[in-house]
Amino acid sequence: MDLDEIRDPKSRLSHSEFGRLGRIGSMGEVNGKWGKIGVTLPPNGFTKDIEACGIAGLINTNGKTENGKRVIDMITTMTDRENGLGAGYACYGLFPDLADSFCIQLLLDDEEAKENVEEFFKRKANIVKDEEVFKKPVRGMKGPYPLIWRFFLDVPEEVISASPHIESEDDYIVDCVMNINEKINGAFCMSSGKNMAVFKGNGWSHEIAEFYDLAERYNGYMWLAHSRFPTNTPGWWGGAHPFNILDWSLCHNGEITSYGTNKRYVEMWGYKCTLLTDSEVVTYLWDLLCRRHGLPKLIATMALAPRYFDDIALLPEDQKKIATELRMTYGRAMVNGPFSILVGTNRPNPSMIALTDRKKLRPMIAAISEDENTVYASSEECAIRRVGDAKEVWAPVTGNPVIAQLYRGLVWRGTEKQFEGKKIKLEV
Amino acid sequence: MAKKKMEIDALDGDKKPLRYWVLNEKIHNAADDGAKHIVVKNVLGQRFIADCMEHKDLKIDIHGTPGNDLGVFLSGPTIEVFGSCEDQTGNTMNAGTIIVHGNAWDVTGLAARNGKIFVKGNGGYRIGIHMKEYQDQRPIVVYGGCVKEFFGEYMAGGILVALGMKIGNNKVEEVPSKEVVRGSLGSGIHGGAIYVRGEVPEHYLGVAANIQPFTDDDLKLLTPILKEFCKYFKMPIENIWEREITKIAPSSSRPYGAYYNPRTV
Repeated sequence: MDLDEIRDPKSRLSHSEFGRLGRIGSMGEVNGKWGKIGVTLPPNGFTKDIEACGIAGLINTNGKTENGKRVIDMITTMTDRENGLGAGYACYGLFPDLADSFCIQLLLDDEEAKENVEEFFKRKANIVKDEEVFKKPVRGMKGPYPLIWRFFLDVPEEVISASPHIESEDDYIVDCVMNINEKINGAFCMSSGKNMAVFKGNGWSHEIAEFYDLAERYNGYMWLAHSRFPTNTPGWWGGAHPFNILDWSLCHNGEITSYGTNKRYVEMWGYKCTLLTDSEVVTYLWDLLCRRHGLPKLIATMALAPRYFDDIALLPEDQKKIATELRMTYGRAMVNGPFSILVGTNRPNPSMIALTDRKKLRPMIAAISEDENTVYASSEECAIRRVGDAKEVWAPVTGNPVIAQLYRGLVWRGTEKQFEGKKIKLEV
Repeated sequence: MAKKKMEIDALDGDKKPLRYWVLNEKIHNAADDGAKHIVVKNVLGQRFIADCMEHKDLKIDIHGTPGNDLGVFLSGPTIEVFGSCEDQTGNTMNAGTIIVHGNAWDVTGLAARNGKIFVKGNGGYRIGIHMKEYQDQRPIVVYGGCVKEFFGEYMAGGILVALGMKIGNNKVEEVPSKEVVRGSLGSGIHGGAIYVRGEVPEHYLGVAANIQPFTDDDLKLLTPILKEFCKYFKMPIENIWEREITKIAPSSSRPYGAYYNPRTV
């Protein structure tokens, strides 16, 4: 690689190419100009960029569907945050014709794994439809690519009544997903919700978008995106975000230092952490708290990122009681460590939730469009500015979610006081 | 000798944002070629803009949204941003001025040693964390709007100001007094001073942060700073005096002295 290529503004070096160049320290003496370029590199002598994951999402609260172009623009604008070891997208509302069937998208090592999964599903449920997920080779993206397949499933009535520990078809699907992830070699579920799908893989965010042809092929009212900078865990296909169970998808930037505690807690409820990364557990916590324990989303965020006891002490008596009970009951569901997360769900209503940790150790910016029909959330403001004119951009308060709901708009800005305007009563 | 004024487009031929090192190289080259006024258009998330620049009489206008670490290690130039900044604006800056006609989010003025940052709008978390001063080098950060938690955390010197106003084109609106700053204010502060326009509830104060009387000396210190702020954002300084200013200063120069060894107190 010639040094002049860096100087040429039209050259589009990938980060990895650039990193390789940066490590060649003697380069400067060859043409005598290296010293100058050094100033425009990351300043303090880094020979590689130390970055963090990027997250971006949007929801059209008026229900208008759109292709992936805007969300791809958002996430690729923040390409300095990723290092090419994982990226992914979640799209909601893309299968309107099959909206009542569970769509299971799988990453498969080979045909054999696919046959095993198909065999498993045939035993377990009614396969409404199955097809290979469109993919195309992308120049520069490391292979081998997995086989990617999607199954649309209906859960037969009788299987639910037949098993003692399964109460609903949701439970049944969770059970199936855990079974596949744990027991079928070479098969991992990417997503398992209704009328939604996750597309992820090991590559740069622009590569993954191209790989699945997201800019043209699918239309949804909500899109989430993630670009990964793995720190503690390997970069691989299954470990890319968003993580998903049923229709809960989660993009995460940060580290879950309470992973061990959270993992043991969700394992008690039958979830199995198999994807070799901490973020996965938060997805299961959302499913556990909101779907199985029936907590409203706002209350669930108070369990995940609770207020400090000092803050709770300042609340009115009835609210204090609820906040304290939540901390006591869900001590092991508390997510500790730096994080900012973006969560998508279909239940009870399609919503996008953005949440940061209590000390705001990871970035999160929210915005609403000029016509108030689109709500954005992103790690950096530039991503939002890239795709549209924002009427207002704000920084949500730590541990306070931004919740935008389909057909209801922005229901919680994340700047309100705890319980503000809510009438909540604790019943025991 | 190049022209005194230069324009740089931060989009490439395909209307995609330039990578940060490409854009920065252009800015550095323009300044080295003698440009005194560089206008950068369509900036979108590029980081480290104007890092380490030492050109004393250089003005850089930025239109768009600069990325993290705008003006990191800045040692001289004036940067004016027509838009909002992201995180770590003026990271460890040594000299120079950054003027932001918008918001500047988290960790603005991180570890700054000197220089001034004026922000018209709101801020995020940990603004002015570990700013420091030495003799006549004293960093100054002024926000026209509100800031979030950990304002002036571990602050070792310099001046932080939050005014709690919504500065529009022709009018200035007031923000409720209690929303100007948030909790953990000046947590671990051991030098410098924080000025908040409005009342600061006691429970907002962090470790070692104390409310102290606002004296004539403080007024003398603040007046030229606020005059400069008003000049940039075209508002009358009288608006600022309409509400009382609370001064927060450290109660000790070593707030954590006894944290690990109680006998060191």
